[in-house]
Amino acid sequence: MNTGVYVNGCLVGYHDNPLELYNQLVASRRKGEITKHANFSYNKTFNSFYINTDRGRARRPYIIVDNGKSRLTQELKDKLNSNEIGWEDLVNMGVIEYLDAEEEEMAYIAQWENELNEKHTHLEVDLISVLGTVGGSLPYPNHNLSSRNAMAASQTKQSLGLYSANYTNYYLSRSYIMYYPQLPLVTTRTYENLKMGNHAAGQNFVVAVLSYEYNTEDAIIINKGALDRGMGRVVMFRTSTAEEKRYPSGQKDKFEIPPPTILGYRSEEAYRYLGSDGIISPEVNVKGGDVLIGKTSPPRFLEEISVFGIIEEKKRESSVTVKSGQVGIVDSVMVTDSLGGNRMVEVRLRDIKVPELGDKFAARSGQKGVIGMILPQEDMPFTKDGIVPDLIVNTHAIPSRMTFGHIIEMMGGKAGSIVGKRIDGSAFVNDNIDDFKKMLKDNGFDEYCEEEMFDPITGRKLRAKIFVGVVYYQRLHHLVSNKIHARSRGPVQLLTRQPTEGRARGGGLRFGEMERDCLIGYGSSMLIKERLLEESDKSTMLVCARCGSIGYFDYTKNKTVCPICGDSNKFYKVEISYAFQLLLDEIISLGVNPKILLEDKA
Amino acid sequence: MVKKKIKDEWKITPYEPIGVVAAQSIGEPGTQMTMRAFHYAGMAEQVPTGLPRLIELVDARKTPKQPIMEIHLNKKFAKSEKKAMEVAHRIEYLLLDQVAKVKEDLGEKTIVITINNDEIKYHGISVDNIRSKVRSFFKEKDVRVTSKDNKIKIVFGNKNKLIDIRKVYIKLSKLHLSGVKGIEKAMVIQQNDEYIIFTSGSNISDVREVEGVDTARVFSNDVKEVEKTLGIEAARTVQVQQVKYVMDSQGLYVDVRHIMLLADAMCFDGEITSIGRHGLAGGKPSVFARAAFEETVRHITEAAVTGTVDRLQGVTENILIGQTVPLGTGRVKLKVKL
Repeated sequence: MNTGVYVNGCLVGYHDNPLELYNQLVASRRKGEITKHANFSYNKTFNSFYINTDRGRARRPYIIVDNGKSRLTQELKDKLNSNEIGWEDLVNMGVIEYLDAEEEEMAYIAQWENELNEKHTHLEVDLISVLGTVGGSLPYPNHNLSSRNAMAASQTKQSLGLYSANYTNYYLSRSYIMYYPQLPLVTTRTYENLKMGNHAAGQNFVVAVLSYEYNTEDAIIINKGALDRGMGRVVMFRTSTAEEKRYPSGQKDKFEIPPPTILGYRSEEAYRYLGSDGIISPEVNVKGGDVLIGKTSPPRFLEEISVFGIIEEKKRESSVTVKSGQVGIVDSVMVTDSLGGNRMVEVRLRDIKVPELGDKFAARSGQKGVIGMILPQEDMPFTKDGIVPDLIVNTHAIPSRMTFGHIIEMMGGKAGSIVGKRIDGSAFVNDNIDDFKKMLKDNGFDEYCEEEMFDPITGRKLRAKIFVGVVYYQRLHHLVSNKIHARSRGPVQLLTRQPTEGRARGGGLRFGEMERDCLIGYGSSMLIKERLLEESDKSTMLVCARCGSIGYFDYTKNKTVCPICGDSNKFYKVEISYAFQLLLDEIISLGVNPKILLEDKA
Repeated sequence: MVKKKIKDEWKITPYEPIGVVAAQSIGEPGTQMTMRAFHYAGMAEQVPTGLPRLIELVDARKTPKQPIMEIHLNKKFAKSEKKAMEVAHRIEYLLLDQVAKVKEDLGEKTIVITINNDEIKYHGISVDNIRSKVRSFFKEKDVRVTSKDNKIKIVFGNKNKLIDIRKVYIKLSKLHLSGVKGIEKAMVIQQNDEYIIFTSGSNISDVREVEGVDTARVFSNDVKEVEKTLGIEAARTVQVQQVKYVMDSQGLYVDVRHIMLLADAMCFDGEITSIGRHGLAGGKPSVFARAAFEETVRHITEAAVTGTVDRLQGVTENILIGQTVPLGTGRVKLKVKL
């Protein structure tokens, strides 16, 4: 049976000998006769030959092997080392080729050069290349559970650092810059080759593994002295934008200090930082409620022409303010044009975020935690050399998670910092734990990183020896100051008159159905009433004594009215939830007439 | 029942919301069950256990996925395995094509039944028995039945059309040889020095007729069937026992009294009522309570058409309008008005 040949999924013809075709095509690709982006594969079960040249295929580089000999010879390696040739040259010379997922099925790939035999077709460039950008930058991932590495990878993506050196030119709606980002003492080849140190996101902390009361359940204890010296400090930038929009009616918004007569005028105090152009100036300390950009908008609906034939100017206030609860310093103000060609203002606020209780930190092994205590330096335990750890993690964080990579990083970090050398912690091929032991021992440290420590409060030596090392810790962008929220009184929803939901609206926390069930189960019915009525949407309803329909108070006539019996009637005032009143109104809108039958409360 | 004096400390406080507590006490372990039940996915499931079975019980399904019976035997049969097997064979529903090969020959106008000797030995039935069954099947028909060893040959007369032979062939291969309808399999198992029979498939009333069965000790896990044959009290007992069994088999502990309350609630109508829209929750007297649960518009329009009055005596409706709930502290009142 002839083999079907498919180019990018389309059947183009048939071939008698697919393997010969494969060898021919591959040979000419290596010679450069066919584009290097093409990949070929033969599927025996489908008896089909696939040629793929389209985009979107994940491809990986391999060293080509001929008869058990790697094409990357010692001669080429020397040239590489002396920078005579580079990667592209190797690809063009046919030493390295890229395979996609389908063509990988055709290949027999050796992991190491010394295990090459006649059958091999390719050789891995470096084992660490099986990992991607983030995974490859984790230290000693081959010593951790895969789930821990997956967590570490996703936590690394949340870390705060120096995302770009020209961050002053960015007006991102929210961004963070770390004050003193450091290169990790334990790096990987991926990290070095991608020059990820150019935008480092983390610092090397001296870490003691010690159960110390305030670090239970993955909390961490942090050294106040270190914080004061700038450890973990980041600055948050937040940009507010306003634009002088044009409306279909021909009117447009205007940047100005809104006049006091305007609809929706805030207090005079709110506008106090605005210049005459209605825009705030840089380096002003602002807090929630302050106006950053004063703006007025034309009315939503065109007004009727008044008696005198002039359209009355009834503008609305539409300033951009600092959201409640936020503080900051105006970092920069930019006036520019929007895409629509209107005048646009961007105001960037800056706010320094010193680590505080509840902020999240993570090492690169899936070991995350929040600050549980900030101890003054003089209250932190110290070693016999007088070293005070920056961070204390709990011993219980280690055994069940089995993040041995974390331990090795601690040892490597400590050894590296003593010797003054950066450690290679790449996956599979890396600096060995035995090296660290030797480095530590040669410099007068315990080879297992254990230190005698003293409790500064009692002055006594701690009974156990404490494992102290240096780990690269990242500050993650879950900051308490951006999440903290509480409500006693606050805004309510327009429709239901129940408290609003969510932090941005100053809302309450939902007292849900299951919580309600718990109170019922406990039998505390007054408490339910208080939660669900008094602290929510309590209102009074007028019920007509004669017909039981819902009445209302007519302010123009200053009397109560029943929609059926007219006025001059007796009414009962009933306390109910506004939601119920709304339900009755909705039932009425269905064309059903609900009536309230009242009787005396027994 | 013997009345026992109940200690005061065992009594439940007046107006204690026992229903809510029971629901929570069964519901909370149920959430753990969900997580564990899915680990068994992919296994050949015989009897649904865990959450699927619990849902089946609470929904009061008419046909459970796999009905099962536990049949105890008379003293005469219970002591020996051989005797018990006899009863089992009498119970297990057996068709002709399970023990024999039935072949039709439309050219010759014959049907040949080849009996499998091993199978009939296993099922405890004799060739003569089958022969007489086949004979009586063909009574008053224009056919001739001959037999030799384990073969039964049926020769059709000229009156029969080919299509009749085909029809007869289909009927014949499904000929009922022995057993009770609905019982697919019967197994004999030794339990506490007596032999009992487990079956898959359930038919209480017919099984009780079978000789050797202890009529007082025939159990089924089909609650609906128990209700039909033995009455609501028996159904309640089975319901309690089944829910308890599900919980126990998952390694969860729930006080029986919660389960008993659940079963009582499901049975107090005189027939098994499901929990949910078509059962207990849908049968609440309050319009608001029903509308708040499911199918809001249907309940409100129905109430409008019939002019329903909601007496506001339940929990849901009182929370809805913002009053105290008639339970616990909301139920007690001062006797003396001041």
